[in-house]
Amino acid sequence: KYIHIINKADMAASKGLKILVGCKRVIDYAVKVRVKPDRSGVVTEGVKHSMNPFDEIAVEEAVRMKEKKLAGEAVAISVGPPQSQETLRTALAMGIDRAIHVEIPLAQLEKLQPIHVSKLLAKVCESEKPDLVILGKQAIDDDCNQTGQMLAALLDWPQATFASKIEPSQDSKQLRVTREVDGGLETIDVSVPAVVTSDLRLNEPRYATLPNIMKAKKKPLAKMSPDQLGVDLQPRQEVISVEDPPVRKAGAKVESVEDLVGKLREKGLVK
Amino acid sequence: FQASRAASLLPQLLLRRRPASAGAFALLARPASSASGGLPPLTTEIHPGIKRGAFSQLTDADVSAFEAIVGGDHVIKDADEVLSYNIDWLRICRGQGQLVLRPKTTEEVSAIVRHCNKRRLAVVPQGGNTGLVGGSVPLFDEIVISTSRMNSLLSIDPVSGVLVAEAGCVLEQLDREAASQGLMMPLDLGAKGSCQIGGNLATNAGGLRLLRYGSLRGTTLGLEAVLPTGQVLDCLTTLRKDNTGYDIKQLLIGSEGTLGIITKAAILCPARPKSVQLAFLGLDSFQAVLDTYRLARRSLGEILSAFEFIDSESMRAVKKNLGLSCPLGEHSFYVLAETSGSNETHDREKLDGFIESVMSMDGCATDGTVAQDAGQFAHLWSLRERIVESLLVDGYEYKYDVSLPLADIYRLVEHMRTRLDGRVIRTAGYGHLGDGNLHLNFTTPKFDAKVLELIEPHVFDWVRDRRGSVSAEHGLGLKKSQYIRHSKADFAVRVMAEVKRLLDPNGIMNPYKVLPDE
Repeated sequence: KYIHIINKADMAASKGLKILVGCKRVIDYAVKVRVKPDRSGVVTEGVKHSMNPFDEIAVEEAVRMKEKKLAGEAVAISVGPPQSQETLRTALAMGIDRAIHVEIPLAQLEKLQPIHVSKLLAKVCESEKPDLVILGKQAIDDDCNQTGQMLAALLDWPQATFASKIEPSQDSKQLRVTREVDGGLETIDVSVPAVVTSDLRLNEPRYATLPNIMKAKKKPLAKMSPDQLGVDLQPRQEVISVEDPPVRKAGAKVESVEDLVGKLREKGLVK
Repeated sequence: FQASRAASLLPQLLLRRRPASAGAFALLARPASSASGGLPPLTTEIHPGIKRGAFSQLTDADVSAFEAIVGGDHVIKDADEVLSYNIDWLRICRGQGQLVLRPKTTEEVSAIVRHCNKRRLAVVPQGGNTGLVGGSVPLFDEIVISTSRMNSLLSIDPVSGVLVAEAGCVLEQLDREAASQGLMMPLDLGAKGSCQIGGNLATNAGGLRLLRYGSLRGTTLGLEAVLPTGQVLDCLTTLRKDNTGYDIKQLLIGSEGTLGIITKAAILCPARPKSVQLAFLGLDSFQAVLDTYRLARRSLGEILSAFEFIDSESMRAVKKNLGLSCPLGEHSFYVLAETSGSNETHDREKLDGFIESVMSMDGCATDGTVAQDAGQFAHLWSLRERIVESLLVDGYEYKYDVSLPLADIYRLVEHMRTRLDGRVIRTAGYGHLGDGNLHLNFTTPKFDAKVLELIEPHVFDWVRDRRGSVSAEHGLGLKKSQYIRHSKADFAVRVMAEVKRLLDPNGIMNPYKVLPDE
């Protein structure tokens, strides 16, 4: 079990939290996704990719916390293929200080699951010792919504998921997180270190400006492999097939209320 | 008509026409006053010098004939529906057409035009009605022939890239279809969601990517059209090369519907780029814009696909009138530089090189961003594409579209801004810098004839004196036909008139447009 104790002094007075932000490279949300002819997955070759939108929000939050002096250092991490470096460069251009790339060979990439990613992140947390990990609540390619929660469990850290606001708690010793839940908003205090996952309304990510894009090239980007971290990427699930959702059948227009009632009766929906 | 068109002030007469047989077609237009509830003034009031040509009046027998050709459902007689076909997109024109026909096939178009030619009834071909020079709507009681129902995509060949479509197909939809085959339409403009390919061809539309893909004169391989006599001209070849005789389709391209109605087109579509990147820069002088352009051509070269500039007044309009946000601070100018290529890594490298040069060059871009995802890409482009829309919010828009030597482009804007100081809400300059094409717009709360007097013909004379074009891409339509000699030699204009007489002996095809009335 991994336990990390932080000096419980007033957070605002300390040199600030160290934040680790997770970024995933996914197919751009505006792209029309197509299923491969062999139905083993979706077409990714030559398709535009970009940072998962919820991760952009996580990166933005980390940068804002730095600007507010709540955080001292922000580190971005991505688990993915060589091209994930571009995703990390975007994070660096938005204001993150340095980046870590856990490179996954293409062959294993398709079988990578949140359980593996959370184990990799947990290992990195052992050495990096962040006070706060912010992840996007879910990735838009698999919609799993699992990595943050699994990571918190592996680390035995508190978790605050679907965050729409993060601020210091009243006594400044914890974090007060407002969460978006089915019934509305829930506000909880969590002690650090903690895992928080970002929801849509947490913030609006900034555009990376040119001077920062240039600076980003010089910021450190470290590479690691799953072997170095001692994590086994053996898949636990097997994708049997991927298919298009059923085509929506055309509706029919009716001319009058009588027609409508008649059709409803035909379908046995009305007596 | 005389140049006094612009000089005449208040409307003296309202032209009221009643058909000889008092059928159901009494003129329904009301006198336009400032209290006309948002309707633009009748075009005949703004241009009282134009006289109706010697055309026949529409009769019930004509309407029956049209009903027999296209079917009763597709003959529009209802005043409220017809009204929308009489008003242009900019809402600076309102015609008095009383009938709209919506044919489905070339044969129907041919039958309609044949009838109109025999009966000497004037017609106006209309596609998406997004034209900006009043060329797509009636002036008097011309019959509108809408191509909207002719919207079938006929074929796409993924190997040769040739797309064949009916004239009523909406540009954006054609682009989507092309995308499914890994292709793209060779032109793109702000009106893409409404404009139709027939209208694009008729106006030789330019757009945002002419810089890269060239004009429709090069990418149109063939077309089919109905001539003013009703005869069908079939030049619908899909061949890349065909040097057999005179290329008559080139007469129709850019003829703005005055030589015939285009019914089908074969377009050569380029491969859809795998990687599209967009840099958005803030600059503080027009010289910096020109320097950045030179730099872009050198560092981005073959992958540069668009180079647009926007001035601070245009950006202000977009932010204030449409509520869009700009990720950069206040600058005198903004530039959009887009690249399209087949390899993302190579293109990013080239773009990075360009940006490095731009940042290090003295007096060049001081601020900028690169779109990181499709959402940012679309947002940054909307800051340019929605300028026209944002200016309409001010009230009435006076629109000018000129070609000038690059160094003169912004001099014209500054000159006119000084000339109109205090008389207009704003003077906005923006456009396709890469093509030497300036879009110059002025806005007032309502149409102001005195403002128009200050603008025309002065702005055209200024352009003529620098050997520019008084209409780079929008065409002449109704609004600029009298200025054709500012950019074309007199003899050339006379040859054009001969061609018009040859193809349209009765002058029924979109009269009062393009060529000055003589």
